[in-house]
Amino acid sequence: MGLQDLYQEIILDHYKKPRNAGRLEDASVEVHHYNPVCGDELTLGLRLEGDRVAAIAVDGQGCAISQGSASVMTELVDGLPVAEGLEKAEAFRQFMHGEIEADEDVLGDGVAFAGVAKLPIRVKCALLGWMAFKDAAVRASAGESSGETVYGEGADESATQAMEQARKEAERGSDR
Amino acid sequence: MTSLSAVAALDPAEVRPDFPILSRQIGGKPLVYLDSAATSQKPQAVLDAMDDYYRLHNANVHRGVHTLAEEATAAFEGARGRIAGFIGASERATVFTKNATEAINLVAYAWGLRNLRSGDEILVTEMEHHANLVPWQLVAKLTGARLKAIPVGDDFRLDLSALDGLLTERTRMVAVSAMSNVLGTVNPVAGIAAKAHAAGALVLADASQAVPHLGTTIGGLGADFMVFTGHKALGPMGVGVLAAREELLDSMEPFLGGGEMIRDVQLDSATWNDIPWRFEAGTPNVAEAVGLAAAVDYLDKAGMDRVRAAEHQLTGYALGRLAEVDGLRIFGPSDTEQRGGMLSFTLEGVHPHDVAQVLDADGIAVRAGHHCAKPLMRRFGVTATTRASLYLYTTTAEIDALVDALGKSRALFT
Repeated sequence: MGLQDLYQEIILDHYKKPRNAGRLEDASVEVHHYNPVCGDELTLGLRLEGDRVAAIAVDGQGCAISQGSASVMTELVDGLPVAEGLEKAEAFRQFMHGEIEADEDVLGDGVAFAGVAKLPIRVKCALLGWMAFKDAAVRASAGESSGETVYGEGADESATQAMEQARKEAERGSDR
Repeated sequence: MTSLSAVAALDPAEVRPDFPILSRQIGGKPLVYLDSAATSQKPQAVLDAMDDYYRLHNANVHRGVHTLAEEATAAFEGARGRIAGFIGASERATVFTKNATEAINLVAYAWGLRNLRSGDEILVTEMEHHANLVPWQLVAKLTGARLKAIPVGDDFRLDLSALDGLLTERTRMVAVSAMSNVLGTVNPVAGIAAKAHAAGALVLADASQAVPHLGTTIGGLGADFMVFTGHKALGPMGVGVLAAREELLDSMEPFLGGGEMIRDVQLDSATWNDIPWRFEAGTPNVAEAVGLAAAVDYLDKAGMDRVRAAEHQLTGYALGRLAEVDGLRIFGPSDTEQRGGMLSFTLEGVHPHDVAQVLDADGIAVRAGHHCAKPLMRRFGVTATTRASLYLYTTTAEIDALVDALGKSRALFT
């Protein structure tokens, strides 16, 4: 795989000019996700209005993959019903794990991360922002206002488990 | 040690043909291996020695009376003698472990757990690899001993002005790296040991980088314990060494229990074998020990003084070339005095993992991360660095390739 396949122009563009960057003043929930293995971290603020994402912002630092992916994620989920945002998060997770082909209609600029899916060690970078979104959505639905998640060496596994858990909780939440 | 400038440096072209892996292509480009501080590559002589052992001499060691058992035992004990000679240790006090980490744990548990009392102090340094830090934390927790650390100055060297204040009558152990795996800094272990001994403390030197690159001896360091690992010194993974002062090892109780380490066993008790076997429970990694002996032979044949001179020159060249890269900041001494070829750096605007990824696309292997030295990373306010590290087979052309690729990384991300 060539460098251009991995670091596609669109990823570098998001890395250099992250969308929805910064802290959200009137966030319903703010979560901090940190990967101590590589030092990638971000604080994600989410404001919900009803069951809709009214605003989202990410303040982070780390590699181009983690920060670029988080930026793409904010564009994709902003304005969506939470359940749809979570569907996209799940689609992106499956895409990164090579379980499905990327659908541009669902993942938009996220399809640019196809090269990352071939590098197991970088997959957790691409998932960091998406995990944070999922975590924030679940916490906001549960009425929590903040959260802290630190990934261990098995970050991908624990992140996947966290997403499964989050999805189940979100489903339960939407039933109520 | 002979003055470096007086010794003819080893020419890497002499040794490169001996390392099969160096002719590999990575993504269609020649491998540029700059990760020797993580693990060195292996010369054909090491591969042959291990292959030969398994093809012709393999048997379990020490108790067999058949011919193969005698040959295997002779090969294993011969390897011990050969390696002991290389590091200036007594053969009786040269213990095989699986790596340096296990060797440090051996001392922490077999000596530390039985000798440390509540309120005793263990002195480490801020630049230790986790291997020479976490075992002491574990034993401190079990004994109530306290852990203190010699700080690292802005010049990336130990702040020895703090040493007198840190050494107290309660200091029982000073555990210090002979050469930092991140900064390349060569620590003045002998001077630290003299002060530690005067204060009544023992000294353990982590020579995992120093033995392969400097040919360090336990006597030269003035240490009571010295550890290193085989795989960073051209040997295989799976064998490490603890060298010690004989009388200390003689006085110590075992670390791991099992076969080989006993003299006699009753159902409810046992007595211990002589050193070094008292500390070698279970079947050892015989082929790995044989491989490490072949590695030590190889280094001796190349000449450690010539290896040192070559790395000294190349480190100077690399520091000069890296200084030309915009936005590059070196974490380590800027001069080559008492410094080895571990070149840790950050590149402004590019995350270390992205740097390593971009370099890999050019066939260049470097390390990115915290290098198992998180307190040191924190000391300098970074979560990760990129590290290029040299060995006797590294060429100036490879440093040039690194510098070119770093320029490309910067252009791509900023």
